[in-house]
Amino acid sequence: MEASFGVSSAAAANAVNSPALSPPSLPFIRSEARPISWRVDKSRKAGKITTKAVAAQAENPASAASKPGHEVLLFEALREGLEEEMERDPRVCIFGEDVGHYGGSYKVSKGLADKYGDLRVLDTPIAENSFTGMAVGAAMTGLRPVVEGMNMGFLLLAFNQISDNCGMLHYTSGGQFTIPTVIRGPGGVGRQLGAEHSQRLESYFQSIPGIQMVACSTPYNAKGLMKAAIRSENPVVLFEHVLLYNLKERIPDEEYVVSLEEAEMVRPGEHVTILTYSRMRYHVMQAAKTLVNKGYDPEVIDIRSLKPFDLYTIGNSIKKTHKVLIVEECMRTGGIGASLTAAINENFNDYLDAPIVCLSSQDVPTPYAGTLEEWTVVQPGQIVTAVEQLCR
Amino acid sequence: MALYLSKSGKLLPHFKQKICSLGMISLSSIASCFSQNPPLSPEHGKTPYAAPSLFASRRFGSVKAENLASINNTADSQALNFPGGMVKFTPELKFISDLPEERINCYRVLDESGHLLTSDFVEIDKDIAVKMYKEMVMLQTVDTIFYEAQRQGRISFYVTAAGEEAINIASAAALSMDDFVFPQYREAGVLLWRGFGLQDLANQCFGNVGDNCKGRQMPAHYGSKKHNYFTVASTVATQIPHAVGAAYSLKMEGRDACTITYFGDGGTSTGDFHAAMNFAAVLEAPVILFCRNNGWAISTPVSDQFRSDGIVVRGQAYGIRSIRVDGNDALAVFSAVHMARKMAISESRPVLIEALTYRAGHHSTSDDSSKYRPIEEIEWWRAVQDPVARFRKWLEIQGWWSCESDTELRDRARQEVLDAIQVAEKMEKPDLGEIFRDVYDFPPSNLSDQEKSLRQTVQRHQRDYTHFQL
Repeated sequence: MEASFGVSSAAAANAVNSPALSPPSLPFIRSEARPISWRVDKSRKAGKITTKAVAAQAENPASAASKPGHEVLLFEALREGLEEEMERDPRVCIFGEDVGHYGGSYKVSKGLADKYGDLRVLDTPIAENSFTGMAVGAAMTGLRPVVEGMNMGFLLLAFNQISDNCGMLHYTSGGQFTIPTVIRGPGGVGRQLGAEHSQRLESYFQSIPGIQMVACSTPYNAKGLMKAAIRSENPVVLFEHVLLYNLKERIPDEEYVVSLEEAEMVRPGEHVTILTYSRMRYHVMQAAKTLVNKGYDPEVIDIRSLKPFDLYTIGNSIKKTHKVLIVEECMRTGGIGASLTAAINENFNDYLDAPIVCLSSQDVPTPYAGTLEEWTVVQPGQIVTAVEQLCR
Repeated sequence: MALYLSKSGKLLPHFKQKICSLGMISLSSIASCFSQNPPLSPEHGKTPYAAPSLFASRRFGSVKAENLASINNTADSQALNFPGGMVKFTPELKFISDLPEERINCYRVLDESGHLLTSDFVEIDKDIAVKMYKEMVMLQTVDTIFYEAQRQGRISFYVTAAGEEAINIASAAALSMDDFVFPQYREAGVLLWRGFGLQDLANQCFGNVGDNCKGRQMPAHYGSKKHNYFTVASTVATQIPHAVGAAYSLKMEGRDACTITYFGDGGTSTGDFHAAMNFAAVLEAPVILFCRNNGWAISTPVSDQFRSDGIVVRGQAYGIRSIRVDGNDALAVFSAVHMARKMAISESRPVLIEALTYRAGHHSTSDDSSKYRPIEEIEWWRAVQDPVARFRKWLEIQGWWSCESDTELRDRARQEVLDAIQVAEKMEKPDLGEIFRDVYDFPPSNLSDQEKSLRQTVQRHQRDYTHFQL
């Protein structure tokens, strides 16, 4: 099955040099791509996929001298993941606003349109409900679309397609049609982007049956989650954060995916379990430095899988520390923290020495002014105080 | 803009220099790009479609104002290469009328008594024509009996396609089995044509173990991957962008197939319709957008739904070729879909078909349309414009059908449908596990826990759950 995509029979760019165009019997496919090669990129070692790669990070300092792997920024890691999957599977395609030659508003798809053509990396008109719907239709007929919301908040326009179609059609069709689509984009509170561009959609989407939700926080897990999400047969919503795109990290050269359903142990400890995800992980780690100086030993877990929760990892931690602090960016009402609190209370009530403490943003639209905005996001100081109070 | 120009002839000389062609690409090469578009023949009551020489030409080029040669300026008209293409100026302050002088004409092949009005239609051979008629009768029978079954309380809900049998069967007959169908909910006939059995229909309506939707959807929300018929969802018009996406995947593969999606007059008011039309045009996706304009969206007449001349005029607004046909005329529908399919595939473009018809039944079993429309109106359409009767008359004129065959056909159909219902009614309902399967590819731990918990509950309170299959 030689890839028949990207056959540019009558690409208009060719018209510059050759006014006489191809025979009219071929459809006019808008694409400037070269035929896609099935060969694995020779510069990468083939084969070995590391799945449970959670613990791998701790080993890096040991091998730091020989410096294996390569340094990337988080958005580049996402792009690497996308590119590897597009290379590996010709059915993977990207839809979104300005993802094509512009490369995406955060440059996650930069260069991909040049490589794979503007049909496979498709610039869509401004209609989130419809290009998400298109992705559902394309997925049901065999493609594996990756939908980019320019900002996660815009995907609220696609809520109908995401909940009633994406999440449901596999079920209501009796399992006949699968919807292996990935919906991704930047969300969270940025730097003075205004209320409409500071949405935390994970709290709105978490109830939808049939979808999975994951949040990336490091270049390593961003690439791994992107690859895993594309390979999954279920619709996956991948939450990225606007402020994390320029994080730098050294990631392996070998191909790897991370599990969609697992949490990540960031810092093992004994005194308290701190559950967090996305950007708040960094606030927590900053607070952890202070806490360690004050003599505390917090265990920090990046839950990563927002739906379903990795209650196994979380539970083991609670059984050890007996105290839980949840730090999130969602609003207090109906956020991920609220659900997580309920889930922990139901399952691990016997192991808790104290009520669960949840630090979240207030139930307000994110204000524009810098100081105001800062006070709506949980800061490291608050985390330190909360741990001190919990561990009293 | 026009106001300025009419007052100052001085501005015009400036424009003369700046007028540009399409950057580096000459018009002639673009025209040859699109030379494969055969225009519709003028007899259809519409002017031939002119190739859009200026749009969709270059992806990454942009119009540079500096190095552009000027184009033909006739003495009395000037033009400017705005973003989006060349536009001529006019000195008249004139608005385009809200409605055309005359409504777009409707393509019709057969009159009410089954006589041919034109030779401009796609010929159908006897076998296909007779099969079409038989399936139309079967659809009518299925609708009548299933509706009665709902009234008797045997199924909870049903939607009929009364009055739209020609749309269902004729459009299905003009497609190939490889074409993807994205239905709304009044297109069970398309599924029947493709070979979905009566027993399968009945099983889905009764939601029993034989239902390939495993008891998870409402009656008449059919879906069958085998028949390339995508599961009906209750949400209005969400299937239209799905169809565009599927057409996109067909285009990527270069397959000799298209997608078709059906929707009603009401569905065209939704956001999904608008954006999907726009996408289909921009993407040049091989999709047939079939609008069943039956005059009513539950109780909302079309005069409250939109003020345009129906749906067909919207095609041009999006840059999509369109046609209006008589939806009660099977030959007209067949011809239109046949041609549309050819265009969609060979030219990779969307086509809009508006089939004017009448919803002869109620919106669904939850509706009594006599409450908002006169019974005489319903009766008139049912009797005089019945698509099945019209097609039968044509078949009889051809000598391909007779009255006796008709009675025999209808009796047999009725018996088959009744049998299917009886069998479906007796079959078991799906077991409890089907609640939790297929939410994901494999059930996550929370769903497994919930299933365990539910099973325990049912066990503990067996007396309350006697009907439950465990």
